[in-house]
Amino acid sequence: MKMLEKRRLATPGDLLVEGDYIAGKNTYKEDGKIYSQRLGLVEFDGKKVSVVPLKGPYIPKVGDVVIGLVSDVSLNGWTVDINAPYKAVLSVMDVTGKSFSPKFETLTKILDIGEVVVGKIVAFDRTRDPTLSIRGPGLGKIEDGVIVNLTPTKVPRLIGKKGSMINMLKNETGCEIIVGQNGKILVKGRDPKKVNQVIKAIKIIEGEAHTTGLTDRIKVFLESEKKGEAD
Amino acid sequence: MSVQKLVNEKGLRIDGRRLDEIRPIKMEVGLLANADGSAYVEQGRNKVLVAVYGPREAHPKYVGLHDRAVIRCRYHMAPFSTEERKSPAPSRREVEISKVVREALEPAIFSEQYPRSMIDIFIEVLQSDGGSRCVSITAASLALADAGIPLRDLVAACAVGKIDGNLAVDLSDIEDKLGDADMPVAIIPALNRISLLQMDGLFTEEEFVKALDLARNACMKIYEIQKQTLRQKYLQEKEEDNEKG
Repeated sequence: MKMLEKRRLATPGDLLVEGDYIAGKNTYKEDGKIYSQRLGLVEFDGKKVSVVPLKGPYIPKVGDVVIGLVSDVSLNGWTVDINAPYKAVLSVMDVTGKSFSPKFETLTKILDIGEVVVGKIVAFDRTRDPTLSIRGPGLGKIEDGVIVNLTPTKVPRLIGKKGSMINMLKNETGCEIIVGQNGKILVKGRDPKKVNQVIKAIKIIEGEAHTTGLTDRIKVFLESEKKGEAD
Repeated sequence: MSVQKLVNEKGLRIDGRRLDEIRPIKMEVGLLANADGSAYVEQGRNKVLVAVYGPREAHPKYVGLHDRAVIRCRYHMAPFSTEERKSPAPSRREVEISKVVREALEPAIFSEQYPRSMIDIFIEVLQSDGGSRCVSITAASLALADAGIPLRDLVAACAVGKIDGNLAVDLSDIEDKLGDADMPVAIIPALNRISLLQMDGLFTEEEFVKALDLARNACMKIYEIQKQTLRQKYLQEKEEDNEKG
């Protein structure tokens, strides 16, 4: 039986383990051998072997909060670009909460092309485009703030274990941060300096997502920035 | 038999290689910021740049398939890639190579994970010196891996041929033109499958078996370099971090 150490970097087609194991995410089984599907870090969870990818597209999942750009207006709703291979649809009923009559209302007055929304994916499967909803706490049209891009597979690193990283960022800078699972992050804050610090921190996470001890390093970075401000 | 000797008395070829020796290879990944994945491969005097986009929305929508992603591949030679200027319009040869490269890569891609979407592979040959379709496959599979597209394995490709009656691996342009046969092979090592096998010229049955074996060995050498390149990209960053910390 062959087994590789934990947190090893695997390339597609790498033989991860042989024998009585379960193929987890981003791996596949062939003749009792488990291979990696993607470039990423190997993780063992009991009998389950999986790979955490370093790069990759965002694939919508029901329940995900995403940040999207309104890219088109149709007769009864909008098309939203959510940085995925599939365009999301947002219906006018969902936004206004009542039936829509084109006689009295204009869709573009509610939401226009180029505007940005925070939404939740309420339905998606292989046969249908994702449906978005912007009704709920924290959801809706974005009025101000900065949007930062992050590779979608690195979003879990930005959040950290039980939100350790994101909470630390929020507490240290006092900024409001909304993380879209699709790799779009909204940063809102009164002080542009603080907003800039968050953006810089996100860029560090982007570059070093595959390394360990990231939360501590970000903390050190933020503290040094604070010192710089005081001087 | 050709006028120019392709193999000398010592068993060395024009460029000084042994018969079973591949040309020096240099690989790089992730060098194009706009593309989702990219790779650059130099093999001898071949220089190939590949950009991968996707999976992205199938456009126009009707080309999308309901059970898997559509894979599009474009092999193109730059006008300055050959000795004589090559017209930039796609030639018959380029259309054919686009197809065989796509078919060599398709069995390695988990395209069923992204129905109704599209994956685009753009291959640009900047300089060519024989065996550019093999270099293209090698580079394209690297770019796919760099884009984070799920693959069964990387695809490695290399040609074998017959020059002056000897079997030789990874033919250069002049060896291809003056030689007796040329056979490009692409393999998917994890599946133990051959995904490209073409031949022009003549081999005897024994020669073919031997040639295929030579090609397999050469492909495995290239495959190891591919894996090394992918790993290197992230390990390097890791080392840099350690130096910083």
